[in-house]
Amino acid sequence: MSTAAPIATAAPAPAKAPPPAVPPARHPLLAPLREAAVAALVALAVAVPLVGFETVQGASGLVLRTRWSWVAIAVVSVFIGRLLLALLRPVRRQPRARKDAGPAARAFRDAARWLGPIAILLALALPLLPFADRYILDVSILVLTYIMLGWGLNIVVGLAGLLDLGYVAFYAVGAYSYGLLALNFDLSFWMCLPLAGMFAATFGMLLGFPVLRLRGDYLAIVTLGFGEMIRVILINWYKLTNGPNGLSGIPRPSFFGLPFATTPAGGGETFSSFFGIAYSPLHRVIFLYYLILVLALLTNLFTLRIRKLPVGRAWEGLREDEIACRSLGINPTNTKLTAFAIGAMFAGFAGSFFATRQGFVSPESFSFIESAIILAIVVLGGMGSQVGVVVAAIVLIGGPELVRQLEDFRMLAFGGLMVLIMIWRPRGLLAFRDPTIRLGPRRTAAPTGEHRG
Amino acid sequence: MLTIGGVHTFYGNIEALRGVDLEVREGEIVTLIGANGAGKSTLLMTICGQPRASRGTIVFEGKDITRWPTHAIIRAGIAQSPEGRRIFPRMSVHENLLMGATVSDPAHLADDLNRVYALFPILQRRSDQRGGTLSGGEQQMLAIGRALMSRPRLLLLDEPSLGLAPMVVKQIFRTIEDINREQGVTVFLVEQNAYHALKLAHRAYVLVNGSVSLSGSGRELLANAEIRAAYLEGGH
Repeated sequence: MSTAAPIATAAPAPAKAPPPAVPPARHPLLAPLREAAVAALVALAVAVPLVGFETVQGASGLVLRTRWSWVAIAVVSVFIGRLLLALLRPVRRQPRARKDAGPAARAFRDAARWLGPIAILLALALPLLPFADRYILDVSILVLTYIMLGWGLNIVVGLAGLLDLGYVAFYAVGAYSYGLLALNFDLSFWMCLPLAGMFAATFGMLLGFPVLRLRGDYLAIVTLGFGEMIRVILINWYKLTNGPNGLSGIPRPSFFGLPFATTPAGGGETFSSFFGIAYSPLHRVIFLYYLILVLALLTNLFTLRIRKLPVGRAWEGLREDEIACRSLGINPTNTKLTAFAIGAMFAGFAGSFFATRQGFVSPESFSFIESAIILAIVVLGGMGSQVGVVVAAIVLIGGPELVRQLEDFRMLAFGGLMVLIMIWRPRGLLAFRDPTIRLGPRRTAAPTGEHRG
Repeated sequence: MLTIGGVHTFYGNIEALRGVDLEVREGEIVTLIGANGAGKSTLLMTICGQPRASRGTIVFEGKDITRWPTHAIIRAGIAQSPEGRRIFPRMSVHENLLMGATVSDPAHLADDLNRVYALFPILQRRSDQRGGTLSGGEQQMLAIGRALMSRPRLLLLDEPSLGLAPMVVKQIFRTIEDINREQGVTVFLVEQNAYHALKLAHRAYVLVNGSVSLSGSGRELLANAEIRAAYLEGGH
């Protein structure tokens, strides 16, 4: 008897044939048809208010128009889709039951191993590639910012297992500290960066103290409130933060003192004149790209290193079993506080980068939806998986850009994608955990044999 | 080494321990036996400060640890293999052992690992395997090995035989004897498996309804008619 059941290897319960909903004497098509009809009814209820009405600019203000044909299309397609799903279900069940422990999972695991270095090389080379225009670089910078935030939150959520719904608060603290320090004290980016990180870490500790006793849902609620508090403070502390108008004119980054400009403001060298190349507005973008790439990789390197140290292991231990951790002499208070503080510090770094890239920060950029997206990146990637965060950030941040031509249906497609990921890989895209330290060489066979007694 | 004097512990309004007095001397194996719900595990957990004793004192090596936080008690030289083993199922065996070394000096980490692997060779063979994939007996070995990683002077074991096959139980008890004799670790063992535990023990206590009803050497208690009737016959 094993009291501690392995979480990740526990395969889904063996698929049983679904119990017949109707007596077998009835027609076999009846159950799927009824299921499809119910789905169609739900679709009707949703579609009527959502797509059934349209407001059009008329002669005297807005005019309400109906478009029943759209509703009909939605209902019919849901009916057919659900019917097909119901008919195909018995065929699909069988291979899915063993998926987690099977070759698919191993292939993912192997892929993750060589994916990392290749992705880093690709990321380093990206600005030099011929198709890398301003748009591609901007999207890449955005994706990298979220990768960094995802890696930062991964420390809190993925490793330490503390569900934090207010992570964007630390991002905001970082951005505002950078903005205020640069505007009021005229400090350079490289001076502000560590300071912003420190401020954010301090706020992480501030949040940490009251929530130390909380777990799970309760912790989530308090962190959610904390995130909103910071945003509300930013809006209302008009004297310091300029309220909803935000801080503008935040200095753009310079290349270690060399500004990116055609002609320097006070004479002297610019980036292009110093290196003797023609000025291009792309220089600044490429610099920003490498800056966030380095910051993100630092976050990753830090996490990979700290996981091998006692404090990193203590985080993971705390996630798995707090009582066992206590009985091993680990101080849960300090361990949780360091997780909050370090996670917040990286959000602070990312926040300073955000401020210098935008040149403008306002409370609007730090709403709850940002926290939700960052958390979604961590969860969809597979809690605690570093490569998973990258994949999920590309999908979640890059994805909506790719389907931009869908316009209004962009978020719909995006939501559908998230549902699909959760159906196919319910524990995240890359949900496995490799030991951080091994004794012998890695065996080619699955290292976690299924020995049970 | 460990002196427990008049300890009372409550779970809410329920008095789980009603004035327990016992002593563990250096170098001994002391066994505490008792029926389900007698308060055995509660006593072990009270020594570790969770839950805290509401009255009485717990003195370890001359220091009153009654009010110390759990992590400080562990750092003072006590280690616990908790009830239900509580290994980390997603971590490898090796990482589980490293978790046990969190509070100890990294300088002798390699020595401690070798010592545990020598004690339980099966753990070395499974070192890269996830804790959750081990058998029950191996998990128990891992829990004991993990506790030993902090170089404790006093080892608290909570029902190490729970749910294990008789062969494995024998092996575990033999190892506990080795730990005590060869490594000089004092052992305080809580067991329902009275026969094995009393055979092993230098001294033993019987806990009934939250207080000690009998004590003596392991041999004496094994021969005691009352004990035989209550804990040994029928089951074994």
